[in-house]
Amino acid sequence: MTVEAAGDARAHGAGASENALRVEGIHKSFGPNHVLKGIDLAVDTHQVFCLIGASGSGKSTLLRCVDLLESVDRGRIRFFGHDVTAQGVDEVLVRRQMGMVFQSFNLFPHMRVLRNITLAPTKALGVAQAEAEHEAMELLTRFGLAEKARDYPDRLSGGQQQRVAIIRALAMHPKLMLLDEVTSALDPELVGEVLDAIRELAAAGMTMLIATHEMGFASEIATRVCYLESGVIVEDGPPDQVFGDARDDRTRRFLARVVSSGRL
Amino acid sequence: MTGAPPGGAGDPLGPVGEHGSPGIGAEVEGAPALDLPYRRRSRLFRSSRSAAVASTVSTVAVLGGLIVAVLVAPGSRQVRSTYFNPHDMWEAFKGDPRAGFYSVGKGIVINIEMFVIGEVLILLLALVIALVRQSRSPVLFPLRMLAVVYVDFFRGVPLILVILAIGFGLPALYLPVISDQSAFVYGVLALVLAYSAYVSEVYRAGLNSVPLSQVASARSLGLRPRTALRHVVLPQAVRTIIPPLLNDFISLQKDTALVAVLGAVIEANRAAEIYSSTVFNYSGYTVAAILFLVLTIPLARFTDHLIAKDRARRLAGAT
Repeated sequence: MTVEAAGDARAHGAGASENALRVEGIHKSFGPNHVLKGIDLAVDTHQVFCLIGASGSGKSTLLRCVDLLESVDRGRIRFFGHDVTAQGVDEVLVRRQMGMVFQSFNLFPHMRVLRNITLAPTKALGVAQAEAEHEAMELLTRFGLAEKARDYPDRLSGGQQQRVAIIRALAMHPKLMLLDEVTSALDPELVGEVLDAIRELAAAGMTMLIATHEMGFASEIATRVCYLESGVIVEDGPPDQVFGDARDDRTRRFLARVVSSGRL
Repeated sequence: MTGAPPGGAGDPLGPVGEHGSPGIGAEVEGAPALDLPYRRRSRLFRSSRSAAVASTVSTVAVLGGLIVAVLVAPGSRQVRSTYFNPHDMWEAFKGDPRAGFYSVGKGIVINIEMFVIGEVLILLLALVIALVRQSRSPVLFPLRMLAVVYVDFFRGVPLILVILAIGFGLPALYLPVISDQSAFVYGVLALVLAYSAYVSEVYRAGLNSVPLSQVASARSLGLRPRTALRHVVLPQAVRTIIPPLLNDFISLQKDTALVAVLGAVIEANRAAEIYSSTVFNYSGYTVAAILFLVLTIPLARFTDHLIAKDRARRLAGAT
């Protein structure tokens, strides 16, 4: 699917076309392990959608399914109205329109920061090297990392590496960003700089689906929050309601545990 | 020499699979002293001076002991005149067409040719085998099976039998082209077939040493599998497989001597064989052995150098 095709799909879409992303009843098992048990959710454009829940609740698997890194067993994923789980869809073209940032950064260790960022635009989109580098420098400057352009990733702090990973995804001009617990592998003092970068993305109107353990951050930045437990969505609503007045007992118990551990 | 397995290739593989860090396993044989933990090393040798004295004394004792043992042996004179006769060594080295024997010195050039041509072909064929074995596509299932059988077969059959089978078997088929090649071509072909099995396993270990998260990361950026392989996976795999790869090539350098069994390729070993059967003196073999050492030792030192550099990089905290 190309950018044009996505726009086309939106124009001809059936009703649900306003959603940037629509997940419809997806199931996913790894062997006997039933990880996702019928997930439904919709992310509107410019919305920041936060997934919360304990480790193992299926947040990461859900994000990986959306990025088509895992195939779903059942259900559908619509990206700007276009069913990307259908037969014959070129998954690579879909992934080029989504940016994914991982918990463990996953920068390419054998490439300098600049090359990490320009690799996909030049090799996947055919952007000229000079142009890609120019844009990469702009992004690095915007996130305060311009002087790191010529360094190898292992010379950078975790927070800097994660910001480079965000920039690397942004360089592909994604229409949706998927952030998978991007601060969980960081030392506490480095979390802030990464959250600031995400705040800036939100302010710029980026559509985002975020799995996070940072409840304070989620309540601040999210336009919608979703609580996952054992592969099902237990609660789904605006942050005030989910954090302040959860309807489901399980959500309240989870949040109580989070509060007692001092993370909210 | 004929009994030597093509490789030592099994050795570097073990550590790669087990720890995902091939350098460490290979180091043990390369430079044992460096492997001592820092604290233990400093306790053994309090200063660099006493360390130098200790190593000098032990070197003199060991080498001196060996030389004395050879000199006082009852057959010492006989051995020296049969294996280390300077005149025969020189004659074998330069060769003498009129006396009916070939130059070992020219023979080694043929070994180098076989090694260089073989090496290039092995690197290519082994990569193809490794990629086929790593593939997940159901369409490639028969090829995958074939690759497994291939690797099992050529790792299991002694190299010398492979050379005999190819060198005498293919011409006996009387097929066009295939049966019309020179012994040199059959020799190189046998080396390539056998060594590709080993080297493909080295490649595979290298490919497996690249974390899956790197692949996921490349895919999430919208890179096609081929692009991800070329720019993300292979460069990282190559870095970890160079030492075990060079180990295999050290073996290949000397195993080119096995092609002597075909008779028609006058490489160093065959030239020495002809010399010894003409003059009844084995000094030609000694010349061949020295020439092979001259070839393999620099490569061995270079491999150790790379391993040490890789270790330093790892210790510096870089990954």
